[in-house]
Amino acid sequence: MKIGVLLKQVPDTETKIRIRSDSKGIETDGIKYILNPYDEFAVEEALKVKEKVAGSEVVIFSMGPARVVEAIRTALAMGADRGIHVEDTGLVSDSYIAATVLANTVRQENLNLLLCGKKAIDDDASQVVAMVAEFLNWPQVNIIEKLELNPDGQGAVVHRRVGGGTQEVYDVGFPCVLSCEKGLNSPRYASLPGIMKAKTKPLAVLKATDLVGDNKIKTEFVNWRLPPERKAGKIIQGETVEAKAKELVRLLREEAKVL
Amino acid sequence: MPHFDLTSEQEMLQKTIRDFAEKEIRPVAQKLDEKEEFSYPLTAGMAKLGLFGMTVSPDYGGLGLDTLSYVLCVAELARVDGCQAATVAAANSLGIGPIATFGTEKQKQKYLPDLCSGKKLWAFGLTEAEAGSDAGSSKTHAEIKKGQGGSPEWLINGSKIFITNGSSEITGGATVQCVTGGGKEGQKKELSCIIVEKGTPGFTAKTMHHKMTWRSTNTAELYFQDVAVPEENLLGKRGEGFRQMLQTLDSGRLGIAAMGLGGAEGAFEAALKYAQERKTFGVSLSKHQTIAFKLADMAVEIEAARNLLYKACWLKDEGKPFTKEAAMAKLYCSEMMGRVVDQAVQIFGGYGLMEEYPVAKFYRDQRLLEIGEGTSEVQRIVISRQLGC
Ligand SMILES: Cc1cc2nc3c(=O)[nH]c(=O)nc-3n(C[C@H](O)[C@H](O)[C@H](O)COP(=O)(O)OP(=O)(O)OC[C@H]3O[C@@H](n4cnc5c(N)ncnc54)[C@H](O)[C@@H]3O)c2cc1C
Repeated sequence: MKIGVLLKQVPDTETKIRIRSDSKGIETDGIKYILNPYDEFAVEEALKVKEKVAGSEVVIFSMGPARVVEAIRTALAMGADRGIHVEDTGLVSDSYIAATVLANTVRQENLNLLLCGKKAIDDDASQVVAMVAEFLNWPQVNIIEKLELNPDGQGAVVHRRVGGGTQEVYDVGFPCVLSCEKGLNSPRYASLPGIMKAKTKPLAVLKATDLVGDNKIKTEFVNWRLPPERKAGKIIQGETVEAKAKELVRLLREEAKVL
Repeated sequence: MPHFDLTSEQEMLQKTIRDFAEKEIRPVAQKLDEKEEFSYPLTAGMAKLGLFGMTVSPDYGGLGLDTLSYVLCVAELARVDGCQAATVAAANSLGIGPIATFGTEKQKQKYLPDLCSGKKLWAFGLTEAEAGSDAGSSKTHAEIKKGQGGSPEWLINGSKIFITNGSSEITGGATVQCVTGGGKEGQKKELSCIIVEKGTPGFTAKTMHHKMTWRSTNTAELYFQDVAVPEENLLGKRGEGFRQMLQTLDSGRLGIAAMGLGGAEGAFEAALKYAQERKTFGVSLSKHQTIAFKLADMAVEIEAARNLLYKACWLKDEGKPFTKEAAMAKLYCSEMMGRVVDQAVQIFGGYGLMEEYPVAKFYRDQRLLEIGEGTSEVQRIVISRQLGC
């Protein structure tokens, strides 16, 4: 089987986000990047499928500047076989364009299965995976928590949780796109021998501008803003409980104007 | 030109060990310490990462990595738990090191693969109840005797104390420094190292309890009563035991230094976070200049220690003499951590003395670093001799 994984490099969750002075994006200087955590579940699941089906190959796809090679290398160190870096200098992008480029890249590889994270934790847009599936015209099941290969190797049974603790179970044929939820597996650590081997694994570089065709962005970032800072809470003073309650009602009515 | 960049592989392995330490070790470290329990699952996890035999040649199951990579990993472990760092460092420098460096081809083939995979641990028995810093005065002795099958055997008698990884369930045995001759009437004592496998009749290992430091590491007393092992169990050459020990400790010191560096970083990070969160007199502790300056001093010392240690690793990796710098790094990093943890406890105030808070354990684990693999006094002796004193 040939299994692909879409990988995104995202700012570390502890990053202090600063807005660029033109308000069109965030300041990227000094940001530490990590592999999108949901994509780690996708890598792990791909490796698990590979371990079950002899002769399988896991191919990592990542779009972004030169730094995303680090993320690809991490996946290679975990055990993936090769990487494709879609270098995006000069690309005017949004989710639509990213999905277009990625779908065109994936199309060159004859995959049986494409695994992705359920969302990237940077912009939380959850758009690219669905669009890639649509452009490829492959079935997709999103936010899966369990994957079992069918004995004939032509598809898989996947589980996803819906409201109220109920589960939906799909029998989906290959090729298909599956997006992974936390709890699907626990991603392995890149081992030291894995890290050393990763150096020698093939990593191809493609240019995003060669893969975008005549497509143009459909959305544009107009302005970025930080959420307003939370105001400090107010501690209500008063001699007695009754006095405090009275003061609370007064504040709710006169200051917060909710009563 | 000197440069201070790590390679991308070094950065990756540092990150993978940090992830493992944060996710697997941190949640259990305090409990293991409290129960004085050696963790087999964590040891297996660290083995799976490839932490045993890092610098050993791939011919024997190692990874053939450089010393700096090894030191980075030990420091990352110590940043979270000095005990797991100690298990790894002792296994590498004391267990695997002597066999990989001085062992015969046959010994290397026989022992290293299982030690590098972490399936087994190995110990180095040097210290005795009455021979610590003065390791040359050890009394455990071995004589060549004709064995039952007629072939010559070493017959070992004596005991060792404080031996790391000496009595765990997965310990495969120990390399034991023995007196193999001389010592009578002003004669020079002959010291040799001999390999003793677990299960050899007369060899027993007893776990030592009630340590204040490194509580979730395995420490043992080893007893040898007419223990017979084949003559070929001699490590390298006869009479080389003392030199082998000194050379082993040179490398081992880099591991202890790494524990000092990593432990200091862990305690510093905890103290900085606490100082930013805890408020007194209306502002966070870190806004009081006396506390802010303590943190500044701690950061400076950590950085200086890091540079000293990395340089010693670099010398070793370049094949240059590194005895003096290894002793300097061991001395400075371990004492530096002492100063850092002391200030960290001060910043935590009363909570610094409570085991539920992170700095008390760093405070206790630091203490060993000034004692094991040559005390601070011994490091000063080594350094001053190197200076020509
Ligand atoms: C947890 C733990 C793990 C250990 N693991 C191992 C191990 O795996 N293998 C092993 O062989 N040993 C191990 N040791 C032993 C350790 O290396 C010794 O404890 C150490 O070398 C000091 O020896 P000592 O305890 O006998 O102290 P002593 O040698 O009795 O020293 C006592 C004090 O006197 C000072 N002193 C001694 N001689 C001089 C001098 N000439 N000038 C100035 N001051 C001096 C020392 O610095 C020290 O402060 C371990 C110890 C501990 C606690």
